Amino acid sequence: MPGFVKYLARRFVQIVATLVVIVIINFALLHSTPGDLVDVLASESQASDPQYLIRLRHELGLDLPILEQLGHYILKLLSLDLGYSYRNNTSVLDLILSRLPATLLLMVTAVLFAFGLGTVLGAVAARRLNSFTDALISVTSMLFYATPTFLVGLLMILLFSVTLRWLPLAGMVTAGAGFSGWAHVQDVLAHLAMPAAALSLFYVAVYTRLMRASMLEILGLDYIRTARAKGLSWRRILYRHAVRNAMLPMVTMCGLQVSSLFGGAIVVETIFGWPGMGLLAFNAVFQRDFVLLLGILFFSSLVVLLVSLVVDLLYMRLDPRIRIA
Amino acid sequence: MRTSRSMWVAAFVAFLAFGAMSPAHAQGDVARGGSLTIAINAEPSVLTSAFDTLPHTQLVSSKIAEGLLAYDQAFNAMPQLATSWSVSPDGLRITFHLRENVLWHDGKPFTSADVAFSAMSVWKELHGRGRTTFANLTSVEVPTANEAVFVLSKPSPYILNALAASESPVLPRHLYQGADIRTNPVNVAPIGTGPFRFKSWDRGSNVVLERNPNYWNAGHPYLDQIVFMIIPDPAGRAAALESEQVLMSVQSGVPLSDVKRLGKLPSLEYTTAGYLHEAPLIFMEFNLDRPVLQDVRVRRAIAHAIDPNFILENIRYGFGQVATGPIPQTQKKFYSADVPRYPLNTTLAEKLLDEAGKPRGKDGIRFRLTIDPIPAGDVYVRSAEYIRQSLAEIGIDLVLRSQDFPSYVRRVYSDRDFDLTLSAASATADPAIGIQRFYWSKNFKKGVAFTNTSNYQSAEADRLLEQAASEVDPDKRRAAYAQFQRVVMTDLPALPLLSSEHITLANKRVRNYAATGDGAYSNFADVYVLPK
Repeated sequence: MPGFVKYLARRFVQIVATLVVIVIINFALLHSTPGDLVDVLASESQASDPQYLIRLRHELGLDLPILEQLGHYILKLLSLDLGYSYRNNTSVLDLILSRLPATLLLMVTAVLFAFGLGTVLGAVAARRLNSFTDALISVTSMLFYATPTFLVGLLMILLFSVTLRWLPLAGMVTAGAGFSGWAHVQDVLAHLAMPAAALSLFYVAVYTRLMRASMLEILGLDYIRTARAKGLSWRRILYRHAVRNAMLPMVTMCGLQVSSLFGGAIVVETIFGWPGMGLLAFNAVFQRDFVLLLGILFFSSLVVLLVSLVVDLLYMRLDPRIRIA
Repeated sequence: MRTSRSMWVAAFVAFLAFGAMSPAHAQGDVARGGSLTIAINAEPSVLTSAFDTLPHTQLVSSKIAEGLLAYDQAFNAMPQLATSWSVSPDGLRITFHLRENVLWHDGKPFTSADVAFSAMSVWKELHGRGRTTFANLTSVEVPTANEAVFVLSKPSPYILNALAASESPVLPRHLYQGADIRTNPVNVAPIGTGPFRFKSWDRGSNVVLERNPNYWNAGHPYLDQIVFMIIPDPAGRAAALESEQVLMSVQSGVPLSDVKRLGKLPSLEYTTAGYLHEAPLIFMEFNLDRPVLQDVRVRRAIAHAIDPNFILENIRYGFGQVATGPIPQTQKKFYSADVPRYPLNTTLAEKLLDEAGKPRGKDGIRFRLTIDPIPAGDVYVRSAEYIRQSLAEIGIDLVLRSQDFPSYVRRVYSDRDFDLTLSAASATADPAIGIQRFYWSKNFKKGVAFTNTSNYQSAEADRLLEQAASEVDPDKRRAAYAQFQRVVMTDLPALPLLSSEHITLANKRVRNYAATGDGAYSNFADVYVLPK
């Protein structure tokens, strides 16, 4: 047990060090882009008074040397102050926290859907190798793999919103309807269906193919032959012996998926007007709202680092051969 | 005396009763109640347009906070919070008589002190365009609670064109005074005098407004609720209109290529009316710091090589008109057609370039230039591609450069690292605000966007602009602008291409949304939605 505590402590030190490096790199990258928030604000409002721009830059601290700005930012970060988004008239932490639930709901649903469906489809395809079912699953997953997310999203809108009129196409709830209780849950689910499906289809394909390949590999191993020789039923061999071991690469993929989902979420959130962090980040780039963008990047790197820690811990649970080193 | 007075009172009461009844009589099919859902293209940063001029902010703000004036379809002023107004003969005092018994949404009375505060501390200080519009405003006198007098250092006739709810909304002094205006929490949960009250703002999703039951115009508004739904993707907005999940999209929110198809659907209609306050235009600016572009023959040759009709028909799907001068046709009160023209004529263009001492080289190329289209949609990139092709015919090799908006502003205005731009601007309700900034030599300001980009220096144009800006007599004002248009089209510091149009797409059940000069940017007190 003390070994485990020591391990965790070491991992946390690593996480903090990584975060500091990430913040510094992000800061340098963002400040090397041409144009700042004042350029955007002033040209949007058609301000034609240079004094006004100078005053704005001063108020925002954009007239200070870069290193001084970085120093201020890190000092504030240490007291968990992510700053104030002048563009949105709200503190960055409030903005992120108000958008986080929507993003988490979308991501968790997409991951669970992709993981669950991929596992089942992959296992079925491996079990019925070279049958019609296997071919059907393989072709479908190839199709999911090859179709860009934005196209899937638009096609879904065309089919389910415009033609069939079954599903709402934008937002997370019906605006101004004031649903509560079960009606609210149904409303959110109806809004969630298309974006979650669009976001996860690519990963359904990835998981299916991965699961199928690793099942095939495992089904040819000695211990499966031993299990069959013992006279265990196929069912038991398949679900207790094969699937559990085939899950290891799946868990790795899941950890990787969470980090890349942040990127995919930007596209999906834009198409479906989903009020999550992806859309917030996308707008922040074009508005040069660096304080907000740094906050979002900080938060998402934190999530990714924590997820990879959880994945490592899961490994230990799934595969007793892996020990704390 | 006594009798006549009571007769007047009786007549007045009858008038009021009749006045309140007549709209219902005249339009028997007015529908009361219901909700109107409008798609907006991006999330507003605040919900007051008192110092934020983005269209989506103005769209929401104009329903909540009102202006002193409203404008009809010919952009003539109509009463809103001011019931009458007069300008002194020297043009230095504008007196507004304010509507009585108007309440803020929090129940406090609206008075002239609110107008004085909004004009002096908000519009004149913090509003990007307002700093120009109200530059000559020295003070606002408040002789009574219902009278506000704008005192000016110089006549500024354009002020009366800039008092709409979307441009200069009156803010409640009692909630703003003594605190920082920009970061005041009221900005995100606004209080106004308008027909709709702020109800909720679900960031990233929607803004909901509800009917103001105490609105000064009794019986209005007709709608119970307005929902602004944020749909960032143009294709998503088109699908939302088609599936009737939203009933309206403004500010060309739908791809131009989709407008005519959607307009043919039985449930939808489109209009280009209701954008007089904006009067958008597309033009090409020459960087006059570049030696090759300092020769007017080169600029005229370029003008003769470009056919704006091609851009209008093929890139803008026919939405707009070919511009003839710096002031767009939509600004009817100031537009003049009597200017030098540059029709498509490549032979003449080549001759002008030869005369300017820019012969074709061995490779057929006379010289190279760059063009930076403003990153405000693919119309500009495609137009720039067409211009590159056109100029290739007369031996000018054009290099097209693309970047995002902040980079564009930096490159063109701070670094001045450009030869040609393809830019878009709003002529606004008055040339003194919307047009002068591009041609007035005193408005050459490095680092500030949408100023005198070309660095045009003309004593004649300066004189005419300054004269027109402070001319009280409308006819003399128009004459000065007509002469200004001739001067600019002779010197050609920029090449006007199109007087473009914005499009509103709406469900046919929505009525009265384009009844004013500023269309969807009016207060919507008269808008109603017929039941399905």
